[in-house]
Amino acid sequence: MTQLALIIDLNVCVGCSACVTSCKEWNTSGPAGPLSDRNPYDADPTGTFFNRVQTFEVGEFPQTETVHFPKSCLHCEDPPCVPVCPTGASYKRKEDGIVLVDYDKCIGCKYCSWACPYGAREIDEQQKVMKKCTLCVDRIYSTTLPEADRRPSCVMACPTSARLFGDIHDPDSVVSRAIRENGGYALMPEWGTQPANHYLPRRKTSITIHKDQLVRADNPLKIDGKLPKPAKQEPTLDDVTSW
Amino acid sequence: MRPAFSVIFLTTLIGAGQGLFLALYTGQLYAFFDLLPAQDSRSFYAAGSAVSLAFLGGGLIASFFHLGHPERAWRSAAQWRTSWLSREVIVLPAFMGMVLLYGGAHWFGWNTPLFELPGGRHVDPTLILGAVATLLCFMLFVCTAMIYACLRFLQEWHTPLTVINYTLLGGASGFVLASAFSAIAAPQLPGFYAGWAIILTALAFLGRTASLVRNARLRPKSSTRTAIGIKHPHIVQKSPGAMGGSFNTREFFHGKSRAFMRAIKPAFLLTVFVIPLTLLAMGMANPSMLGAALLSATFILQYLGLLAERWFFFAEAKHPQNLYYQCVS
Ligand code: SF4
Ligand code: SF4
Repeated sequence: MTQLALIIDLNVCVGCSACVTSCKEWNTSGPAGPLSDRNPYDADPTGTFFNRVQTFEVGEFPQTETVHFPKSCLHCEDPPCVPVCPTGASYKRKEDGIVLVDYDKCIGCKYCSWACPYGAREIDEQQKVMKKCTLCVDRIYSTTLPEADRRPSCVMACPTSARLFGDIHDPDSVVSRAIRENGGYALMPEWGTQPANHYLPRRKTSITIHKDQLVRADNPLKIDGKLPKPAKQEPTLDDVTSW
Repeated sequence: MRPAFSVIFLTTLIGAGQGLFLALYTGQLYAFFDLLPAQDSRSFYAAGSAVSLAFLGGGLIASFFHLGHPERAWRSAAQWRTSWLSREVIVLPAFMGMVLLYGGAHWFGWNTPLFELPGGRHVDPTLILGAVATLLCFMLFVCTAMIYACLRFLQEWHTPLTVINYTLLGGASGFVLASAFSAIAAPQLPGFYAGWAIILTALAFLGRTASLVRNARLRPKSSTRTAIGIKHPHIVQKSPGAMGGSFNTREFFHGKSRAFMRAIKPAFLLTVFVIPLTLLAMGMANPSMLGAALLSATFILQYLGLLAERWFFFAEAKHPQNLYYQCVS
């Protein structure tokens, strides 16, 4: 079985919100209709989003760290939002584990949003139906987009590659390896929802450098940085083997 | 959570309607066993069923205001295997249909005995229809309450007390209504119904107090630490990812002050339990007082109190998603 998911690396997310805007751009322009906004260019703008980046400050001054935290539907493997839906508009796809809402069936009762502990669902106040991340189901299976673009919009937009996309049930996928090797974790594990999306924690990267490693011990000229510079017509440095 | 008025009216109106039906049928059963004088089919049972239907219908209409797409409401009967909401959508009209049949049977005098019980009591169609309706009535209480009680991370609701209290509060309100109704339609009965109303109101008081005490001692299972997965004692949210708020900041916060929340609790405890109990007890002690005026006033006061009680029921529940929107609360 396949379970598609996003892995979000909190170690590299810089909180630029590129994923938010590209998500909104793609999903508001699709055949499913817009993600409506109210007062978009005015005071108190508000609207429907699939994905939001929140910011938390961890620790006490001066030992603080700013953590940017992208948040969207986690496509839970045991999604509590699905069985409560009275119409069957909310469903989880067998073939790839994506949790979707059928906008033509949804009656806008909001019960599923009560049943999601993560607050991942938002009602569209104009269309009056429940909306949430679709994992860009219309991109990843597209037959018209170039092969390289068949990935969720947010993943493509992320300038730091903080977002990985793949099948977490395939042990050799990039995402499974990232979870395994970088301590990927699920949100609110206490509710047993088994979110498919995972987060990678902040990691400290450090190496130890000894003094002698700063000097090139095998440099015979002992003038590191002042190497002979050949003229344009002469052979390049790489061809000179004498030094 | 933000209490939705459509749902507050739905649950309180159908509660009163269900309770009233139970009261009518209880009266009929007592009469069946010769414990109470028999009542007129039309002016008591049929008219009472009509009043009950009016409350149930009012609740049904209120529920439509909760939906974004009321015209698609028929779809919501689809997932009865998994969804309590879907089950309620089926059981409510079924119960209303049975009450209609029950009232209709009384109105048209369908009381040809079907069979005889040992002891020479004749069972007629109204008794059978009433029994089926009673079963549906209790199913409806369970469905309505389970919509809330089944959400495990809304810890304030996730308890059998939710089901017990919906049933007892609906019953209490319905029996008070029945006593007021009988003051007009069946002058021998107000004392009987007022007695039951006292018992049910007292039981509901115990159940509701138990849930208030339980909820006051709840420890939330989720914290900011589990919500974002960072194990640090000091985490402060700086931005919720929206400037002018979002669905998440509107739907899950009641937006009232702490003082308001503190005040509404004694307010509904007084109006739902203490004052009605006092009025009913005074009426029981001095039967000449058990008139339509006092009993209707008791019902209306208790109903208003129930609106506050239901408001508090919703507002009290703290959704774990609020952990992601701490700059709002
Ligand atoms: S994150 Fe919420 S909306 Fe998404 S699958 Fe899980 S419970 Fe459902
Ligand atoms: S809002 Fe729509 S998707 Fe959610 S439970 Fe109601 S009908 Fe189902």
